Amino acid sequence: MLRLKNINTYYGKVHALKNVSLHLGEGEIVTLIGANGAGKTTILNTISGVTPASAGEILFCKEPVTALAPDKVVQRGISQVPEGRQVFKPLSVEDNLELGAYLRYRNREGKASIHKDMDLVFSLFPRLEERRRQLAGTMSGGEQQMLAIGRALMANPKMLLLDEPSMGLAPLVVQEIFRVLERLRRENGTTILLVEQNAKAALKLADRGYVLETGKVILEGPANELLENAEVKRAYLGKDKKEMWER
Amino acid sequence: MKRDLLLFVCFSLLIMVAPQLFEGGYLMNVLVFVGINTMLAIALNLLLGYAGQISLGHAGFFGLGAYLSGIMTTTYSMNPWVAMPVAALIVGALAGLIGFPILKLKGHYLAMATLGLGIIIFIVFNETVDLTGGPSGLSAIPNLKLAGLSFDSDVKNYYLIWAFTLAVMLFSINLANSRIGRALRAIHDSEVAAQVLGVNSRVLKVQIFALSAVISSLAGSLYAHTMTFVSPASFGFNFSIELLTMVVIGGLGSIYGSFLGAALLTLLPEFLRGANDYDIVIYGALLMVMVMYMPGGLVRGITSLFSKFVKKSGADHA
Repeated sequence: MLRLKNINTYYGKVHALKNVSLHLGEGEIVTLIGANGAGKTTILNTISGVTPASAGEILFCKEPVTALAPDKVVQRGISQVPEGRQVFKPLSVEDNLELGAYLRYRNREGKASIHKDMDLVFSLFPRLEERRRQLAGTMSGGEQQMLAIGRALMANPKMLLLDEPSMGLAPLVVQEIFRVLERLRRENGTTILLVEQNAKAALKLADRGYVLETGKVILEGPANELLENAEVKRAYLGKDKKEMWER
Repeated sequence: MKRDLLLFVCFSLLIMVAPQLFEGGYLMNVLVFVGINTMLAIALNLLLGYAGQISLGHAGFFGLGAYLSGIMTTTYSMNPWVAMPVAALIVGALAGLIGFPILKLKGHYLAMATLGLGIIIFIVFNETVDLTGGPSGLSAIPNLKLAGLSFDSDVKNYYLIWAFTLAVMLFSINLANSRIGRALRAIHDSEVAAQVLGVNSRVLKVQIFALSAVISSLAGSLYAHTMTFVSPASFGFNFSIELLTMVVIGGLGSIYGSFLGAALLTLLPEFLRGANDYDIVIYGALLMVMVMYMPGGLVRGITSLFSKFVKKSGADHA
């Protein structure tokens, strides 16, 4: 469904992504793990067109989306949940959600279908419905994360890019959010690309994973294999620390 | 939405009967200025309060509208009704053209760029003497005429200006409540988040900048045709700052706030005239007190005071 071929991205002179290639099948949940600065967020931003690639090709549903502006990428069916949630704090929950459907309003899509999707979001996150008139900035971190995901879903995407949805949240809330992601894939067939620091939780949810280091893919494979991989364990899962000490 | 409409109708009625309450004269002239300044404050508020993009050069767009209208109707004897939209179109196109490169800048840098723009426009007014009359200004600009009625008195001008101001207000309220208004507030809060939702922030910022310039130009044209005289002094850096103060005092992101801010800053100097040399001191002190105690602007300050009062009197009854 999505295929990145030899993507190179720069921030000014900094070479952030070096020949990154990855792919996602339809309905798959794939996770990108890696340390800070490995290029996880950059991959998402490159796909969504926020920081365009300077070389390489991105295909979505067999069509190139490499040099498209962010709004065109959304139009094709890729929605990003940006890092740190970035909900619009002075706006109400409802306004935030309606912003997610920004392009659908422009395309004169009927209000009925947009409101149907809002109901879907409310069924996934009932707490948002309770707070629909509340200002987004007054909600807890977990609720804001739910809103950020709900807002991305309002664009009716085929594929969801999630950037560290667990950041700064209590483990229970993380579980709740991950359960919703699973349900989304099961019920709507949404394809999900998940960037996570919480590698263990992410690999448990995902089908496959990619491990990134300083802008390169150093390892890829089925999630359960990565979970067992000694190198991954040592570097990202915080296990076998003792071994390191002893060595 | 219905409440907004009701509020607007009440406000319009108030504006319509206001001349009956005050016995004409000099105050009418001041109220004409309140109308013009309201239009300008709304224009800047759409850009600053909604989209979160600062401009310290809006006096320049105001001046361009005034001068373009003035020059087209005097030197080229064009009909003022034609000159006004032509001026607005030119100013809008210019703002769009300049907006593309400078709106990439953010915060202080955007402030500097727009400041520079305002200064350049000001210098052009002063130096192109053949066209603008230079520092001594441009005079004998014709009044607007409508079906044999010439807008040549303060009361007539009052209704003319306020008809336009109310139209701009209604338009802006609708815009603010539309999906575009939501997108503007989204850009204000987080441009990246707005982008990944499909808001083309770059284009939208330029569009709102151009719209803001068009409204300012319209206010400028109306100014030229009611005053019949324009000179560069009215369009300097000071006036850009005054507009900014109106918007902030009234309340960022509030259309009625822009009216209150414009009304206050236009009327205050008139009322303080009795204080002779101390007027500036009192003026400055009042502004400071207001910003300290009503940081959200007049509209929010007054509504929160009001709701506190209602709560208190409710508690007294109980």
